[in-house]
Amino acid sequence: MTRALLLRGGRILDPSRQLDLAVGDVYVADGKIESLGSRVDIGSRDDVDTLDCAGLIVAPGLIDVHCHLREPGREDVETIATGARAAAAGGFTAVCAMPNTDPVTDNQAAVGFIVRQAARAGAARVYPIGAISLGQRGEVLAEFGEMVGAGAVAVSDDGKPVASAHLMRTALEYARSFGIPVADHCEEPTLAVGGAMNEGVVSARLGLKGVPNEAEEIMVIRDILLARRTGGHVHLCHMSTRGSVELIRWGKERGINVTAEVCPHHLSLTENAVEGYDTNAKMNPPLRTEADVAAVQQGVRDGTIDVIATDHAPHHYDEKEREFADAPNGIVGLETALAVNITWLVAPGIIDLPTLVDKMSCAPARIFRLAGGTLERGAVADVTVFDPDARWTVDPARFRSKGRNTPYAGRELRGRVHFTVVDGRLIHRLSE
Amino acid sequence: MSGVAANPLGKDLLGLEPLTSEQIKLILDTAEPFKEISERAIKKVPTLRGATIVNLFFEASTRTRISFEFAEKRLSADTVNVASTGSSVQKGETLVDTARNLEAMRIDMVVIRHGASGAAQFLAERIESNVINAGDGTHEHPTQGLLDLLTLRDHFKRIEGIKVCIVGDVLHSRVARSNIWGLKKLGAHVAVCGPRSLLPNAIDELEVEVFDRIDDAIQWADALNILRLQLERMQGGYIPSLREYNRVFGVSRERLERAPRNVLILHPGPMNRGVEIDSDVADGPFSVILDQVTNGVAVRMAVLYLLSGGRPELAEAAKRGSAR
Repeated sequence: MTRALLLRGGRILDPSRQLDLAVGDVYVADGKIESLGSRVDIGSRDDVDTLDCAGLIVAPGLIDVHCHLREPGREDVETIATGARAAAAGGFTAVCAMPNTDPVTDNQAAVGFIVRQAARAGAARVYPIGAISLGQRGEVLAEFGEMVGAGAVAVSDDGKPVASAHLMRTALEYARSFGIPVADHCEEPTLAVGGAMNEGVVSARLGLKGVPNEAEEIMVIRDILLARRTGGHVHLCHMSTRGSVELIRWGKERGINVTAEVCPHHLSLTENAVEGYDTNAKMNPPLRTEADVAAVQQGVRDGTIDVIATDHAPHHYDEKEREFADAPNGIVGLETALAVNITWLVAPGIIDLPTLVDKMSCAPARIFRLAGGTLERGAVADVTVFDPDARWTVDPARFRSKGRNTPYAGRELRGRVHFTVVDGRLIHRLSE
Repeated sequence: MSGVAANPLGKDLLGLEPLTSEQIKLILDTAEPFKEISERAIKKVPTLRGATIVNLFFEASTRTRISFEFAEKRLSADTVNVASTGSSVQKGETLVDTARNLEAMRIDMVVIRHGASGAAQFLAERIESNVINAGDGTHEHPTQGLLDLLTLRDHFKRIEGIKVCIVGDVLHSRVARSNIWGLKKLGAHVAVCGPRSLLPNAIDELEVEVFDRIDDAIQWADALNILRLQLERMQGGYIPSLREYNRVFGVSRERLERAPRNVLILHPGPMNRGVEIDSDVADGPFSVILDQVTNGVAVRMAVLYLLSGGRPELAEAAKRGSAR
């Protein structure tokens, strides 16, 4: 029997119930939120550990709906266990693992493998996302029903666009039967081919092939129109352009079943980070311009963008240490996401802390129909405790992730995770 | 080799964009005395004796490699050529491993030609030797830009105020980028002309004039720098055919004769005669294409000399072999 936990004296934020309690306690026992209030009486139980949360934020556990844990296939760059521990260190109590593994997570056995590895790791929860198409080849639908039965929470061919509009339409229709979102990586392949960064003046100067905003936006509007046609739920991954935000707004105004996510790096960095051919600034979609960053920030603020997700994509360091055009896309994000969001969104006043907790916890739970995202009595005891003001300097050598590739190395960020509680168990505490 | 700190160009020559106008002028001025060495019966001075230079060519190149090699040999450096065929590069060795191996062999300078933009900088950040970019992907080809500047300066006696139009595939051209930066820094008016599908979408932000019609460019320009049209651009779908390219954008004698002044013709080579340039233009009275080749050796000697720590004011003496 796990000992109970009393989170004492923190500021309790639960945007799922518009709760903001300046000082209070959260008491969790038997893996559930037992009670919450300005002073919780735990009675005569003697198997209770108390965590001092004075000066800290106590919030429903953060949930990342988009990460790459590389297992099976590339256990040298990340495993489900190292990824789940990195998640916990970053304040995430649950993450959704994308299916572009080797072999691809496109059947119930592969989904079951991830569920089992996650249980063994005993860190953050890991929810599998199944592939849309067999082998992510964009031809034949994978067995959504069986994958959902084995534990998949969504389907996606992430890493690759669904080039065929017909396949996307069918996926949206078929996914309705199982109540899961279809998460799409929006990239018109013929426009994006060979692209290494955003198309613009920086790519023109550096002599790198650019990916225009329209490569994303063409697929965004296609998916929104197909969601309107089918009534399916399309979830748009890693939105990066001003035009995408406008198109999503257009879709939402018409009641179309579309949700969208943005990554911390697209909310904080521009294409200028690529200067000097820094492969730690290479990701897909690429870092865009200041106007795009401002637009996605505004989208988060006004609700057009529902979720902030990491797109955590670890690589071996020597895969990144090469010619820019040949280096792989992606950066790690699990251990910096909260602090990047606080530094670039909360500290300058673009959004407040409750909104951030909503984007990183409540909304992901709601949209992907996951446990957590609330501190309501009886809910799973997934809780994140963090100091929103603490400053720290990113040192990739200290990451729990096997990945080290981050554009934030050496940067001072604000916001530090102190405790991560999953299922009532303390799985991470800050060690200095 | 010592003298990195004293060298007025910095450790490396990676492009013209990072250079100041003073640094560019310094290279051009330093090239002047070196021109004469190539006119001698014995084309050799001891300036770089004892220096070891590796010419690392990951892309096929004839004239740039030979030009560098002549520049090095006429300065008495010991040189090794590494081409991508027949080396460990073909066996999949990474650029970073190549760099570390070169470093371990204690060489003084590396001249690198590579198909990836940024490759020269990548190497420069990882080794202590001086690195000279001999063309990296579609980024820069600084010594080509410098020899174009020297050729223009020889002819017009100045760069400031002259009007130069770069014609052709600017999108994929490292020569175009080095020319744009070098010319602008020295005060020339710069224009580009070519099919819009072969111009960067953000060309306006590079602050150059754009001509859609070659006849308008010819009306405007004092000099045309005509880029080689890579034949693979047709397969890439950027232009429909070489035939149409020649008819719409090709520089012909007939077109030049309608110009209000004699237009100087430059081409970085190798030429596709009958595509971007007609033979009677290439071989015509206003072509300085072979002067460019001659100047290439002098400019590269100047770059090697300056990066090795040679003092610009001693270049005249250096050429006599009496000082360094």
